Amino acid sequence: MSTARIKELVSTLHSPRQWLALAVGFGVLASVPALNRLVPVGAALHLSDSMLPLLGKFLCYGLVALAMDLVWGYTGVLSLGHAVFFALGGYAMGMYLMRTIGTAGVYRSELPDFMVFLDWKELPWYWHGFQHFGFAACMALLVPGLLAVVFGFFAFRSRIRGVYFSIITQALTYALMLLMFRNDTGFGGNNGLTDFKRLLDYPLAEQSTKQALYLASLLALLVGYLLCRYVVTSKLGRVLLALRDAESRVMFCGYDPFHYKLLVWTLSAILCGLAGALYVPQVGIINPSELAPSNSIEIAIWVAVGGRGTLVGGVIGALLVNGMKSWLTGAYPELWLYALGALFVGVTLFLPKGLAGLFSARRVRVVAPELAAELPAEPVRAEDLAGET
Amino acid sequence: MSCARNGAQAWLTQESAVSQSVRRVILVLLEVGWLLSSTLPAAHAQQEPLGAVAAKLGADDHDTLQAAIEALGARSEPAALRMLEALRDGNLRVDGSGAVLVRDGKSGAWLDALTGKPAAAAGAGLKTPLVNNALRRTLSPTIAQLQLRSTDPAVRLAAAEELAKASDDKLVPAMRAALKREIDPSVRKLLRLSLAQIDLTSPDPRHRLSAIAAMRDSGEVSFKTQLAALLEKTADGKFREPDATVRGAAGGALNSIEHQELLTRVVRDLFYGLSLGSVLLLAALGLAITFGLMRVINMAHGEMLMLGAYATYVAQLVFQKYAPAALNWYLALAVPLAFATCMLVGMLLERSVIRFLYGRPLETLLATWGISLMLIQTVRLIFGAQNVSVANPDWLSGGIEPMTGVVLPYNRLATIGFVTAVVSLLAFVLNRTRLGLSVRAITQNRAMASCMGIPTARIDMLTFGLGSGIAGLGGVALSQLGNVGPELGQLYVVDSFMVVVVGGVGKVVGSVVAALGLGEVNKLLEPFAGAVLGKILVLVFVVLFIQRRPQGLFALKGRAAEN
Repeated sequence: MSTARIKELVSTLHSPRQWLALAVGFGVLASVPALNRLVPVGAALHLSDSMLPLLGKFLCYGLVALAMDLVWGYTGVLSLGHAVFFALGGYAMGMYLMRTIGTAGVYRSELPDFMVFLDWKELPWYWHGFQHFGFAACMALLVPGLLAVVFGFFAFRSRIRGVYFSIITQALTYALMLLMFRNDTGFGGNNGLTDFKRLLDYPLAEQSTKQALYLASLLALLVGYLLCRYVVTSKLGRVLLALRDAESRVMFCGYDPFHYKLLVWTLSAILCGLAGALYVPQVGIINPSELAPSNSIEIAIWVAVGGRGTLVGGVIGALLVNGMKSWLTGAYPELWLYALGALFVGVTLFLPKGLAGLFSARRVRVVAPELAAELPAEPVRAEDLAGET
Repeated sequence: MSCARNGAQAWLTQESAVSQSVRRVILVLLEVGWLLSSTLPAAHAQQEPLGAVAAKLGADDHDTLQAAIEALGARSEPAALRMLEALRDGNLRVDGSGAVLVRDGKSGAWLDALTGKPAAAAGAGLKTPLVNNALRRTLSPTIAQLQLRSTDPAVRLAAAEELAKASDDKLVPAMRAALKREIDPSVRKLLRLSLAQIDLTSPDPRHRLSAIAAMRDSGEVSFKTQLAALLEKTADGKFREPDATVRGAAGGALNSIEHQELLTRVVRDLFYGLSLGSVLLLAALGLAITFGLMRVINMAHGEMLMLGAYATYVAQLVFQKYAPAALNWYLALAVPLAFATCMLVGMLLERSVIRFLYGRPLETLLATWGISLMLIQTVRLIFGAQNVSVANPDWLSGGIEPMTGVVLPYNRLATIGFVTAVVSLLAFVLNRTRLGLSVRAITQNRAMASCMGIPTARIDMLTFGLGSGIAGLGGVALSQLGNVGPELGQLYVVDSFMVVVVGGVGKVVGSVVAALGLGEVNKLLEPFAGAVLGKILVLVFVVLFIQRRPQGLFALKGRAAEN
């Protein structure tokens, strides 16, 4: 790639001021481990050991919010099943972490502890290969990607959209949750995968490993952000926006929404898988409750709070909402659901553009409600009508 | 003849002074006497007086006592049964003269065993026969054999059960005789089956055949192993059952039982599928209105079900406190209370939040989800996070068994009846009232309806209230079938949406068909795939179905579909 090409790309992605803001934001987040490591205990700016993985977890959520914003904010496809991809990435990483323990588990067996507990004699076929980090890392991206391709293929080909799409994605995560709850499925059932020890031979309990994981999450977030930004500023991004605002008109112009939607949907799933893979070593557990339909809906509210169709907004929303959640569930546990509920209602009623809408009224064009009301939610296809009469 | 000898022996053993030789002489004399008497034509000549048989109960040796018990078992006098029962319960005494006394179980008074009249309890000479376990084993079936003559069918049934347990060859003739005169069907069935159990090993092929026929008619799954055993070969290659006809009959009976078993299972699965379908329908019916007719994605729908269930709980509390005597009828309060509560909450929601979001389905989805979280938390704060117990009224407990192996619980039958009533009510409201007319008009064309003077805002509020109220009614039914807790609604919300989407948005009849269909499919899959996998398969099926027919089973036609 020539220097000129790079310069051009840099200038399409962001204006110089935006680049500066991004660099400042990144710098602040990157200095967090230093606050933990270099600032002495007791100082005002010192970050406690337990806070670091928590912030690392939030960064993973930020990446998920990016992925969500890509499909919802830009393409108008509200997924209520994004936790599926996140959890699949997490399970792939969890499987590696379980296998890499070797015989150091509670039962001193080659098999993961829960299999010994279930009296299984050998590893199920789909567990093979996960002792290699590289394989597991590929799977963390490939499995969500593949599921997204298959699911998206069927859904977008038959032009399922709007709330129908939301509902079937919710059914997807619900079904997968039920599946993972079964012991026989072979992923630890109710308890999931936990009791991890080492990642690439670095003990997970060490503070330095936690710092490295935090920085890896931050890096993934940055790369994910730039990738998404690249997508939305490209011609592809314009088609996506057009699809969101007036799908029928885009079709009449000769575009086939299927390919665009499938591409962006799969990309989004892969980003979620990456987030899940980074999330699991930091929280130390992955279980089917991650697949609960409520988790997927929460992802949507992060994006809604931050502002749809802004990318940065989604990340900020994820950090804010989760920060609030951590604080409230600790300080006033009974208030948290009220706060979350009020957030859902308040943002949709009073802040349709999210927090980003407060700061910049010009950049994002959200469809006016009056216009959206006129758009057909589910147009009739000619062949359907022909079949009926 | 044996009776006479036994009688003599018993009598002789008591007279310990009489020597062995004298005994023999008397025995011979008695036998001669019996031979003489048996040549006489009188029938009663065979019957030794009951008193003489009874007197032998005082014997010391075990064999005599056993013989006496068996002899009494062959007698038809009520006194024989009375004595045997008393013997079993340790209430029988024999005095020195051979007279038998029994103690009445209730009053504790001593009665003369033969006459049943009160007798003077003689003091020291009373002898208590020693009943050991071996005797007890003879005693219980013997009593049962006599009890088969009882006029009370319940006593006969208990006796037949006792005989089935004993499964003794010696009892066969008595059981056959009893079967011949038995008229009560359940006792007949039991006798026939216990006979069959014994006859299956009988050397006579005819008995084996009749046993197999009895087993076949019963359709009991438990006979399968016994019948299959008849068809097996032993190690040396011969059939266990030598007779080919019997083998054929056994094979036929086995087939018939398996057929019966399959039929039972299918009927049971169909019923439970219908029941699950009715539960799904109750859960989804409210949504069929709010989502189907109004296009409002109400994620708080599950919480309306939950509120309905809690309203039932409150009704139960009220009855417990103020009218404990009428507690069985608390549902009469629960139904209107649940409907009213949910309707009010629904109308409040519509006015305060949802009306600002018409035409923005995805935003509605998020806002109503937020509302559902707040409702859950409110219920948690008021009633606690634990499940509360809502008891079935007595008249909903239990069930009927129309055929062997199929139990239809009353609460499930009642749910089916209830959902039928609610659907009829809804159909009436939508098709025969002014409100229904307005609702249908607005569904078809809101702007035009408004032009025609229909107060759309008010109708929206009422329709949403109606949908929520019906969800509350669903909650009443759910409270009778499962746990009531703050998360109740979350369990049903995905299922409810599936039902409405499969049925076709905008068509209530579609929801009915879809709910029953999904319920049946779910239950019919369960035996093969297990409960969880079955449910997953249904979800996958629904997702695939929506791919094929995004409009659902009953699609709206024409212009209405474009909205």
